[in-house]
Amino acid sequence: MLAFLIRRFIYAIIAMWAVSVISFVIINLPAGDFVTTYIATQLATGNLVLEDEAESLRDFYGLNDPVYVQYSKWITRILQGKLGFSFEFNAPVETVLAMNLLNTLLLGAGAIFFIWIVAIPIGIYSAVKQYSPGDYIATFFGYLGLAIPDFLIALVVAYLIFDLTGFLATDLYSAEYRTAPWSFAKAWDLAKHLVLPVIILGTAGTATLIRITRANLLDELKKPYVTTARAKGLTEWQLIMKYPVRYALNPVISLTAYILPFIISGSVILSTVLDLPTIGRDFLRALTAQDIYLSGAVILFSGWLTIIGTFGSDLLLAWVDPRIRLEGD
Amino acid sequence: MVAGSQVGTQTDTPGELADRADDEGEIEVMSQRQLIWRRFKRHRIAMAATVVVGLLYLMVIFADFLATNDPYDSNADRQYTPPQWLRFFDGAKPDLHVCKLVGKRDEFLRKVYEPDCDQIVDVTLFGRGYEYKLLGVTLDRHLFGVDDPVATAEDSLFILGTDVQGRDQYSRLMLAVRLSLLIGLVGIFIALVMGTMLGAVSGFYGGFVDNLIQRSIEIIRSIPTVPLYLGLAAAFPADWSVERRFFAITIVVSLFAWTELARVVRGRYLAMRQEDFVTAAITAGASQRRIIFRHMLPSFYSHITAASSLSLAFMVISETTLSFLGLGLLPPAISLGTLLFSAQNLQTVALAPWLLLPGLVVVILVLALNFMGDGIRDAADPYGS
Repeated sequence: MLAFLIRRFIYAIIAMWAVSVISFVIINLPAGDFVTTYIATQLATGNLVLEDEAESLRDFYGLNDPVYVQYSKWITRILQGKLGFSFEFNAPVETVLAMNLLNTLLLGAGAIFFIWIVAIPIGIYSAVKQYSPGDYIATFFGYLGLAIPDFLIALVVAYLIFDLTGFLATDLYSAEYRTAPWSFAKAWDLAKHLVLPVIILGTAGTATLIRITRANLLDELKKPYVTTARAKGLTEWQLIMKYPVRYALNPVISLTAYILPFIISGSVILSTVLDLPTIGRDFLRALTAQDIYLSGAVILFSGWLTIIGTFGSDLLLAWVDPRIRLEGD
Repeated sequence: MVAGSQVGTQTDTPGELADRADDEGEIEVMSQRQLIWRRFKRHRIAMAATVVVGLLYLMVIFADFLATNDPYDSNADRQYTPPQWLRFFDGAKPDLHVCKLVGKRDEFLRKVYEPDCDQIVDVTLFGRGYEYKLLGVTLDRHLFGVDDPVATAEDSLFILGTDVQGRDQYSRLMLAVRLSLLIGLVGIFIALVMGTMLGAVSGFYGGFVDNLIQRSIEIIRSIPTVPLYLGLAAAFPADWSVERRFFAITIVVSLFAWTELARVVRGRYLAMRQEDFVTAAITAGASQRRIIFRHMLPSFYSHITAASSLSLAFMVISETTLSFLGLGLLPPAISLGTLLFSAQNLQTVALAPWLLLPGLVVVILVLALNFMGDGIRDAADPYGS
């Protein structure tokens, strides 16, 4: 068990390092360093940046150093919580991220919760009643959910709702609550606005999870212990819920980490289409404006989040399922 | 391939012929390929999906022939013209035509076009239109269209309406399918080369190399694709030529796809290494090369094909998403994503819902590729029911 833990932990650290290198490369890809971009944006607003000011900025960010020194300075600053400066928002990156962090987390957590409560029962139903009309319908919607790009679901659903009810499903707050301090009424307003984005964001993940729950459970149902349990006279409901479902749900734990990248990807797209105030929307704005420290930080943290998620679900899985735990010893 | 259920004819090996001679020709002998084809044919949805994919790929070649108007021809007067329905009968007489669009001024003095079915515009088959190149030959014939369309909106044919610049959405859709599928094809080629090579190396050498490649794949797969793709795409200068950007975006979308192929190839390779027929080939003294290419590779062609068709679907979605967000292909390139870019905000969609139609094409294409891939995978599994 300990060996397994240590090995997974080392993998996670290496992966986090690799992701940080990739993010660093992406930050440095655009032509010209970011001080040049900064000077250009300042010029556009009518501010002249003096040559020695530019030089001191370059020194501060270590742009005159060799690449590996630049990288180590950058990663050290990141680990100290200093993520750089965002020109687009004219504020430190950590401030910009904190601004919409709550909305982003609520949206993501809501989508994962939605996926669980929708996909698992449907998956179980599809497997138990294989080839029934309900199974076919679920499978069909599963395929459809996979085939429709997230942004298209968002556009079509938002358009239909707008067309039928006149309700514009954008933003997460009504105008009167946007800058208001937190209150019960504001939270309720947010909850109402979250429903639609959560459902749209969850759709693709639901499709994947239904397929996998169904396939796993079908495998389990064929096993002899199910026949034995049935022969002992357990009711069908008790039988299915007590043994095969519990086995079949093990992979669901690891799948939650697996869907995390899709949730992050989806929320970027959805936030753009529906104009939701999340980090995803800020990220796209940063990308179009070449605001590299903000976009780099988002790429880095979304990668790290997934790796930590995978590590966590590995631990959980090892704790739940002794077969995995023993494999490493 | 057509008479797949009959006795194998073209691909008989000497051994099979000998077997049949022993049994007075009563035993049916089928090659691996024929067996797969037979199982695949039973899979109705997969067959239908294959036909759809085939038709869409025909559009890659004949996009210009199928188009009716010059896809770049813009006219601000004809902005957001609604689709004109093709009508096949005039009373009882077969006659291909559309209702003529008549321009009026609305209460804001904007010019709007409305169909007036008392006047018709004749649609001719194989009529003349804009010039294009097909396989190197300059042609001006189109499948259908208004012969010699002049620039007035009254005589024009917009079966899927027009966009914000008054360009014909249908003709643009034809060209968009071409570009999006081309991205998929070029991307799958890159992914196949990288995937099979690294997968085979990984499976063949094992040990440290295998570990390194597998861990790299895990890391790549752990990064959320959209932020990564967007980050890379945003780094390309906006003044790159259309072709250069096309290749850059293709490489970006194949970044993720090759990992899946590498995993499939490695997995099959490792599984196959233990099989009796490989041991038999080794014992018989076949060279390493012959074992890989003659014995092992043919038995996972179908797995590669299945994985490729799923990856292709993923790449089409990726390109569409990138271009939709304004960071993939950029106008004047016409792809499914750039077409959908014009439907980015809800106000436009409410005003001109037909701009969402390219999305339907994406869905059909991706569904068809998924069903085809699943069908091939099921058919290739000899132990499946």
